[in-house]
Amino acid sequence: MTTGALPILEIRGLRKRFHDVEVLRGIDLVVLPQQLVFVIGPSGSGKSTLLRCCNRLEEPSAGSIRVAGVDVMARSTDINAMRRQIGMVFQSFNLYPHMTALRNVTLALAKVLGKPRAEAERIGMAALDRVGLADKARSYPGELSGGQQQRVAIARALALEPKVMLFDEPTSALDPELVGSVLNVMRELKRGGMTMLVVSHEMRFARDAADRVIFMDHGVIVEEGPPQQMFSAPSEARTRAFIAELAR
Amino acid sequence: MEAIVQQFFNLAIMERALPLILSGLEQTIVICLLVIPLGLIGGLAFAIISLSRLRTVRWAAIAGIDFFRAIPPLVLLIFIYAGLPFAGLRPSPMLAVAIAFFLNTSSYYGEIYRAGIESVGQGQWDAARSTGLYGYQTLAYVVLPQAVRNVLPDLVSNTVEVVKLTSIASVVALPELLYSADMARSVTFNSSPIVLAAAIYLVMLWPIVRLISRLERRVAA
Repeated sequence: MTTGALPILEIRGLRKRFHDVEVLRGIDLVVLPQQLVFVIGPSGSGKSTLLRCCNRLEEPSAGSIRVAGVDVMARSTDINAMRRQIGMVFQSFNLYPHMTALRNVTLALAKVLGKPRAEAERIGMAALDRVGLADKARSYPGELSGGQQQRVAIARALALEPKVMLFDEPTSALDPELVGSVLNVMRELKRGGMTMLVVSHEMRFARDAADRVIFMDHGVIVEEGPPQQMFSAPSEARTRAFIAELAR
Repeated sequence: MEAIVQQFFNLAIMERALPLILSGLEQTIVICLLVIPLGLIGGLAFAIISLSRLRTVRWAAIAGIDFFRAIPPLVLLIFIYAGLPFAGLRPSPMLAVAIAFFLNTSSYYGEIYRAGIESVGQGQWDAARSTGLYGYQTLAYVVLPQAVRNVLPDLVSNTVEVVKLTSIASVVALPELLYSADMARSVTFNSSPIVLAAAIYLVMLWPIVRLISRLERRVAA
């Protein structure tokens, strides 16, 4: 990692309010190129909302978000153009059930980037190959296991060559024996230099892949640090309690 | 028994009435080919407008759907055909039928599409929008295909209702199937032409009704 590199993701003073509940209460977060930043915290702490604000699936109430230097919230910014640079992977995969795996991957290539069919399919096949599912290109989501579906979803985001990828509890909906295949793909992405912001509770994965771990609670970042320190010797009592709970 | 056969199943009279009834059938088919696509397109428009982020637009669409679902289509048709001339507008029978059916069937189809669109989870929108697809692209490529699939039995079912409803065009003297059959009845003083018309409706719609049952099983599976 180069020091002094411009951040890929830069969040300042982010707040999000749903009616009278403030879910995010001033988040500051910087993710440098090729970093994997891990976000943990109890449910309802605002982790998912934080991710969803990054590509404005949720409209932030206040604060600023920059992706590769571009203000995501500026009026002049084409949010659809920004979104394809921000890959997103969801807990429930959200594959399009009426399309084959390949078509899931190529839809945005064709309709957003305007790639001709042959080129879109070439890129789509390459993306499926990266997640180890080139042989499932013609399968429909319903014919795939949860782990395979999630890897197709990763390929769908990956095919657009995003600058950063957001993972919202990517393995929480998976049977335990399928978790590993998805984490392996994420490790590969990390090795390939992808910048990632990951909400997950896979501590073992965080220990060996994360550059930084962030603990969130009640809409604020309580504590952050390298995984060894965060998991072994967190300084905040709330973090300790949560880690102890996770480890049980 | 003999009298019943004479009055309702008189083949000689049916044969005499057949040309008239076939021309009525032709009119019914023309009406269907006009009002079903109009309803399907209008309904989609209603449904999309009712999804608007602007509350007033959304409410206007929903109010429109509710209004035209609550008004009896016969009342609507007579109002358009016989009421509008007082405002200086004099629609032909076919135009009056087209307008009345557009308003009535669009609202029904609209409600079905709306239920279908709502049956597709928010996750599909999220996923598609996160790849940079515009809202209308998400609707067209991701949401609508699933929505239509989910409500296909209802769409087909409603279409059967529309076909049956075309018989109300007879009140504005549009010589469709029922009107022609009734004319034949009044000329022959015999109910057999009506029975023949009923048989034609049955033959036309029964396969579609069967299809609906099969579709419903498939969607339930």
